[in-house]
Amino acid sequence: MNTETIQVGALESEAIYILREVVAQFEKPVLLFSGGKDSITLVRLAQKAFYPAKIPFPLLHIDTGHNFPETIEFRDRLVKELGVELIVRQVQDNIDAGKVKEETGKYASRNMLQTETLLDAIEEFGFDACIGGARRDEEKARAKERIFSVRDDFGQWDEKNQRPELFDMLNGRIDLGQNVRVFPISNWTELDVWSYIQQEQIEIPSIYFAHKRATFIRDGLIWSANDEVVFREEEEEVRERMVRFRTVGDMSCTAAVLSDAIDIDTVVDEIRESTISERGARIDDKRSEAAMEKRKQQGYF
Amino acid sequence: MNVVKIATAGSVDDGKSTLIGRILYDTKSLTQDKLEAIEEKSKQRGFDYLDFSLATDGLVAEREQGITIDVAHIYFSTQKTSFIIADTPGHIEYTRNMVTGASNSQASIILVDARNGVVEQTYRHFFINNLLRVKDVIVAVNKMDLVDFSEEKFNQIKGEIEYLAKKSDYQNQNITFIPLSALKGDNVVKSSENTPWYKGETLLNHLENLGAEDTQEASKARFPVQTVIRPKTDEYHDFRGYAGKLYGGDLVVGDSVTVLPSATKSTIKSIQFFDKEYARAKRGSSVNITLEDDVNVSRGDMLVKTGEEPSVVKQLEATICWMDKAPLQASQKYYIKHGVNDVQAKITELTSLIRTDFSGKEETPSQLSLNEIGEVSLKVSKPLFVDSYEENKANGAFIIINPKTNNTSGVGFIK
Repeated sequence: MNTETIQVGALESEAIYILREVVAQFEKPVLLFSGGKDSITLVRLAQKAFYPAKIPFPLLHIDTGHNFPETIEFRDRLVKELGVELIVRQVQDNIDAGKVKEETGKYASRNMLQTETLLDAIEEFGFDACIGGARRDEEKARAKERIFSVRDDFGQWDEKNQRPELFDMLNGRIDLGQNVRVFPISNWTELDVWSYIQQEQIEIPSIYFAHKRATFIRDGLIWSANDEVVFREEEEEVRERMVRFRTVGDMSCTAAVLSDAIDIDTVVDEIRESTISERGARIDDKRSEAAMEKRKQQGYF
Repeated sequence: MNVVKIATAGSVDDGKSTLIGRILYDTKSLTQDKLEAIEEKSKQRGFDYLDFSLATDGLVAEREQGITIDVAHIYFSTQKTSFIIADTPGHIEYTRNMVTGASNSQASIILVDARNGVVEQTYRHFFINNLLRVKDVIVAVNKMDLVDFSEEKFNQIKGEIEYLAKKSDYQNQNITFIPLSALKGDNVVKSSENTPWYKGETLLNHLENLGAEDTQEASKARFPVQTVIRPKTDEYHDFRGYAGKLYGGDLVVGDSVTVLPSATKSTIKSIQFFDKEYARAKRGSSVNITLEDDVNVSRGDMLVKTGEEPSVVKQLEATICWMDKAPLQASQKYYIKHGVNDVQAKITELTSLIRTDFSGKEETPSQLSLNEIGEVSLKVSKPLFVDSYEENKANGAFIIINPKTNNTSGVGFIK
């Protein structure tokens, strides 16, 4: 006879509760999957929330075309293992159709262009709840985000008119055309996510671990030398460095950090000691003091 | 690691954001790049000191006006404990955010400006922490540097709040007073040499010693079913798992349970979490439960131990905090969400408006406006399985939803 007691940790229990509320309250939920550690964590939580049934919603990947190849390879393997549906929509398609204009120049990134493709996909499939791995500790504007965050037809976030969230009760009532962005790991910190990956022994893309990479330095940040995707001045010299990535966004806006952390244990140790915030290596947040808030108002994740 | 959730409240300019910034700074939770951003901004604005409020005031409007207007969540940890702070605004018109913050917290920090002493807002904050039964309240008497660290001033504020506490109907609340200066750092993380007369803990020490367990949550086991898990695969052909989060108490395999509202009785066959089975689930755990008998259970039903049933009611009395611009009036219809259960509700009587300064009630008001608190009677379209808020926080609270706008318009605490 099994005599073990289960005490699910507060953050994990909360996330599972939220995912179950999504399935109960919405008709067509979807999990926004970037191939990054936060969305991989979400997938594990969803697995736990509905076990022994399969994850009852598809994964949606908005592909900028500038993803790290390691991420895409990882994504396809994970989806196959779990037997869940994967939907991929390409930012390139919108560029080709002339719906959005690609940025040019030194800081060009497709990060902003994802918004349009995401909104199109929401409309195409009629998704009413999009589950994402954003966390409140990432950024100041995200610190004010609700767990169930209502967006209008244009995907806009009205930050001054947010629904209060009391106790565990999540109000998912919306009008037709509206949708809700759901953030089950809102209350996790970067270290919480890494500790969970360590505890659960979750597989993550290899670029999170230290590896040798051709890189160049700009504005004190380390960039992948990939001339097709990342703009580089001729005098910016390419050198091989031992690096890893702390976040995995679009290659053109995600910088690497010097690291010797080759496995999950050393990564967790490194995060504990770190003095640079995770998004410190994301150039898209540095555009202005209010960069994230502005993007969110326009429907960015 | 322990997770401790704390709400902070204070009036405008009490220095709440500065206090949080100071905690982050002194616990080395501010990363280098964030610190540099703060240094640069402070310099740009011509300040002589680091403006720690820049660490938390997240929205553009807040930075423009220099005030906090929405709940912000801030995370930091020490060797012992992970903290989540819900930083709630001090403006009169944003009381609803304070209630929201306190609803998810086991402890509350109320800031008082040592120069101004107890003001109307302090009463309100204190009242809300009573209403929500927040177990630990810390009165942080801030800006002590501006009153020459006067013990007399501190004791005067302490005396006023203790007098207030006597009027409260919640006498089990722990109230702690700490003299500090968020700007200069006295008694926040480091003990101050400026307050030799103060023998208590620093704010951070006190918070670390609170302990993560919210003993108030200890009550009878309540398991609201969120969804039924039916894999419909060959391996799990007849599997029916009831998925939910357990509140109040523990459940053990073999426990006799009653399913509400049908009052069907059964026995717990298994408790599962992911791919493992357990003999016992502790409260707070999101698990799967299977029953020995093939009974009809669906979302919104509740499993409880037989003999520990909650009240099954179609009519209830509650204290309401109103959070919508459109006022609450008697005879209006709303949706109510109680746990995971949705029902329609009609306000049958608006009994009183409670003054949040402990000065009593106003009988049969015509309406409850935004940020007002009152007592109501209401009728619901199908039975709810409730405890009083005092007995079981999770099963004693509900939210009110405006059917026209879908907005969360208020919160109720069942009597």
